[in-house]
Amino acid sequence: MRHSVRMTVNGAPVSAEVEPRTLLVDFLRQHLKLTGTHVGCDTSQCGACVVHVDGRSLKSCTALAVQMQGAEIVTIEGLARGDELHPLQAAFRDCHGLQCGFCTPGMIMSGAALLTHNPDPTEDEVRDWLEGNICRCTGYHNIVRAVRAAAAVINAA
Amino acid sequence: MRAFDYRRPAALAEALALLDADPEAAPLAGGMTLIPTLKQRLAGPSMLVDLSGIAALKGIAREGGAIRLGAMTTHAEVSGSSLVRKAIPALAALAEGIGDPHVRNRGTIGGSVANADPAADYPAAVVALNATVITSRRDIAGDDFFTGLFETALQPGELITALGFPIPDAAAYVKFPNPASRYATVGVFVARFGGEVRMAVTGAAASVFRLIVTEAALEQRFSPDVIGEEVEAALDALNADGHAPADYRAHLVAVIARRAVAACLSAS
Repeated sequence: MRHSVRMTVNGAPVSAEVEPRTLLVDFLRQHLKLTGTHVGCDTSQCGACVVHVDGRSLKSCTALAVQMQGAEIVTIEGLARGDELHPLQAAFRDCHGLQCGFCTPGMIMSGAALLTHNPDPTEDEVRDWLEGNICRCTGYHNIVRAVRAAAAVINAA
Repeated sequence: MRAFDYRRPAALAEALALLDADPEAAPLAGGMTLIPTLKQRLAGPSMLVDLSGIAALKGIAREGGAIRLGAMTTHAEVSGSSLVRKAIPALAALAEGIGDPHVRNRGTIGGSVANADPAADYPAAVVALNATVITSRRDIAGDDFFTGLFETALQPGELITALGFPIPDAAAYVKFPNPASRYATVGVFVARFGGEVRMAVTGAAASVFRLIVTEAALEQRFSPDVIGEEVEAALDALNADGHAPADYRAHLVAVIARRAVAACLSAS
């Protein structure tokens, strides 16, 4: 049995008929072709699938699309303004905050959620916040540097 | 996942009617355990009754000498609540230590308590503070709520609507988290109400339990050094798994209990 669901994704209204068992991440990737949101572990541990729902970060592999009725969703595709990268995206590039890049969309969406409520986090606060995002390449140091560099850019603007 | 139907009622009565009408229907709170369980096909409900649309299950309020938390209050809301941080800072700190920020944005206290995971954090607070578990049918004392591994006093079709946490004079929660999942390998919540001391352990056994003998010793003298090696020796039937063997967990119980008492002293 399919259910109608309406939501806003990266500022655009979306409506679809979904099976209740459709995960939000599968809806984003397969129905909307927004493949920037990744599926890593599929067990809500790795954080590659983090998106924002009504301003809060969540793991989209552990939510149902049908639960998103009326929600405002932002994915990694919704961060840049045209060709201008979001300060976090620019900082990940500048600080070499990625190698293979698989975890990067989740890292950046998680970092963006942190900076929303804590605009100038300490290194410890960044590390604590990124607890739910796993990177197998970088050893995290450059990711933490990138989040703090982005915070400095945003705060200087 | 097997296919299921989905409802999101706006009223508690409607949710209860849906659950009553279909014994295979399951309530959905934050979904942080249920959705992974469905993915693994460890459960196959006919219908999910999403409780997130029911306003009566939300909210944080002070009621006399207690803090009332609606069952659908998220961990992030508990840890961020100025009311909770002021009245029971140990409870706010516990909520802030669950999972990760994204899990805390979705997971709820009612869901966690109803699930009764042996390694969950909230059961230690429910028992140590002797919280009242308020359901759609009755009030259940924290001491009587958890009955075994993933088992509680809840009857089929009975939903937690809120939890009432008595405000202690001082309290602390210390856990030794699993480094990957952040579930408690061992967690100890200690609370002081006047001369009464209550201490509950999560993560170590099939279900949360109190350290009754230790509580009595702490009532005589509230100091970490009253918790000696006899505490380890008295523990049996502890969990043994790939994360920690039973004797290591027993050792951790004593160590973390001492740390909890020390933290409680520095908090008061």
